[in-house]
Amino acid sequence: MPTTTALSLREVTLELGDGDSKVRPLDNVSLEIKRGEFVGVIGPSGAGKSTLLAVAGALATPDSGVVNVLGQDLAKLAQSQGKLAKFRLRSIGFVFQSGNLIPALNAADQLRLVNKISKGPSSFDPMPLLDAVGVAHKAKNLPRQLSGGERQRVGIARAFVTNPGLLLVDEPTAALDRQRSQQVVALLAEQCHERDVATIMVTHDHDVLGHCDRVVEMIDGRLSPAAS
Amino acid sequence: MFLALRELKFARGRFGLMGAVVSLIAVLMVMLSGLSSGLVNDGVSGLKSLPVTAFAFDEGTKTDNAFSRSVVDSEQVETWQSQVGITHAEPVGAGMTNATTEDGTQIDLSLFGIQPDSFLVPDVSEGETLEGLAGIVVSKTAKNDGLDVGTVITLDRIDTELEVVGFTEGQATFGHVDMAYLHLDTWRLIASGAAQAGIPTQEQVDALDFNVASVIAVQAEDGFDFSTADLAAATETVSLQESFNSSPGYEAETLTLSMIQVFLYAICALVVGAFFTVWTIQRQHELAVLRALGASGRYLLRDSLTQASILLVAFTSIGVGIGIALGTAMPDGMPFALEVTPILTSSILTIALGLVGAAVAILRITRIDPLTALGGQR
Repeated sequence: MPTTTALSLREVTLELGDGDSKVRPLDNVSLEIKRGEFVGVIGPSGAGKSTLLAVAGALATPDSGVVNVLGQDLAKLAQSQGKLAKFRLRSIGFVFQSGNLIPALNAADQLRLVNKISKGPSSFDPMPLLDAVGVAHKAKNLPRQLSGGERQRVGIARAFVTNPGLLLVDEPTAALDRQRSQQVVALLAEQCHERDVATIMVTHDHDVLGHCDRVVEMIDGRLSPAAS
Repeated sequence: MFLALRELKFARGRFGLMGAVVSLIAVLMVMLSGLSSGLVNDGVSGLKSLPVTAFAFDEGTKTDNAFSRSVVDSEQVETWQSQVGITHAEPVGAGMTNATTEDGTQIDLSLFGIQPDSFLVPDVSEGETLEGLAGIVVSKTAKNDGLDVGTVITLDRIDTELEVVGFTEGQATFGHVDMAYLHLDTWRLIASGAAQAGIPTQEQVDALDFNVASVIAVQAEDGFDFSTADLAAATETVSLQESFNSSPGYEAETLTLSMIQVFLYAICALVVGAFFTVWTIQRQHELAVLRALGASGRYLLRDSLTQASILLVAFTSIGVGIGIALGTAMPDGMPFALEVTPILTSSILTIALGLVGAAVAILRITRIDPLTALGGQR
């Protein structure tokens, strides 16, 4: 069913731990992101930013509230772990800190692996995607032979292999200098708009927020009123 | 297999070291298997080649060295021969002896006295079949001691002379000593102490009142009830396979080697398991990323088991190859035999138990939380 809203979180709450150690990384969070929208999430460490990504990415199940991704209620999908995993594989892309590439695979194989896992076409060619992020000439290089920025670009290309409708980006500039940070986030914003992919980027880096369509702030598990 | 092969190539140093250990275990397995087969052949190849279903020992004979302890008389033999369902029942005289060849070479022989017209007469690869009171058919391996057709040997202390008339088709040893088939009457002369210097004669045999043998070799129809016959003949029957334990040292040797092999299998499983435990822990974050990207636990398990299988099969094959090469270079005097079935069995067990060890280690993949791939959760 076509929808312009790619991600919808309504009154989502998640508690972790027991007794005195109980924390609430998500406290009655509501957020809506449309396709092609690039949203930045800022906030101090431990505010719940990564937990927001985990819940939106179907890696964690909230205690209450509704999470809807591309028209699918994740709580209903979660009744079958197989279906949930397949949905995550085909509809949600992840970009991790430092790219989090597999050390044994060269840049092209990083993409081929995701295509294989998702049972994509056997004729899959990683070169157009690597070209789109500007690292086609490094296709045969292993992660250790790439710079931090190049690793992150490969990570971005990898996230787009399955043509996801929702992209979750976790601290993409954590290991990059100022110039490379700008380049990587600009690339993310460009790809997000070009591919019409709803994107949430969690970051500490306020310098890159200019590339975002919207910025929300998380403090103690709550989205700030101004941001929401 | 996509990831498995690339990781094997990427971490070839680590996998190479592990593989070298697996290969060494496989080499040891082949050597032990060869020694085991060699010792079995050396111990009981003579018995194995007999067309016998079972051996009947005198009642109450202690199992160890039963062939030389047991004494059966002609009445017991006749009782066995009269049983319905028995195809053949023939007396056999067994015993060890020392002898000297014409050129002064000292040899040991395991004497097996049989009737020259019995079903136990061995086929010969060279010379003539068993004939005459002085003729002996010896194991083919006795050629290594310089024996040839026509060689006359003199038994130590009694100076009885016997002549080699033929050689068996293959190795025929008992208790690590070459077997010599001879006329039962000649065996009786020797066993009774009535044998005299020179060639045994019919007059000596005729004068002897010693109608005993060591055991009764039995060939029976399928389903024959040995217990009834044992009761009637006052004997204890053991199958051909069980009779191997009556060969001197057989049980101790095979048990020792089997125990070493069992320990090696256990070591293989433990070493491979330990390696894959460390390997999986090292890849924990990488596996969490793959889970977060959508790879199922089953996919990652299959991939890792494929990796372990490739490692085990490849390096076990290399080890077996090295083991076989070393085995062919073993000196003639060493009881060593390369046989396909035991080598194949030990190879399969090495791979299978290594895989069990790897599987136990790899199972932790299913417990990896994809959430740990996210920075804040690390």
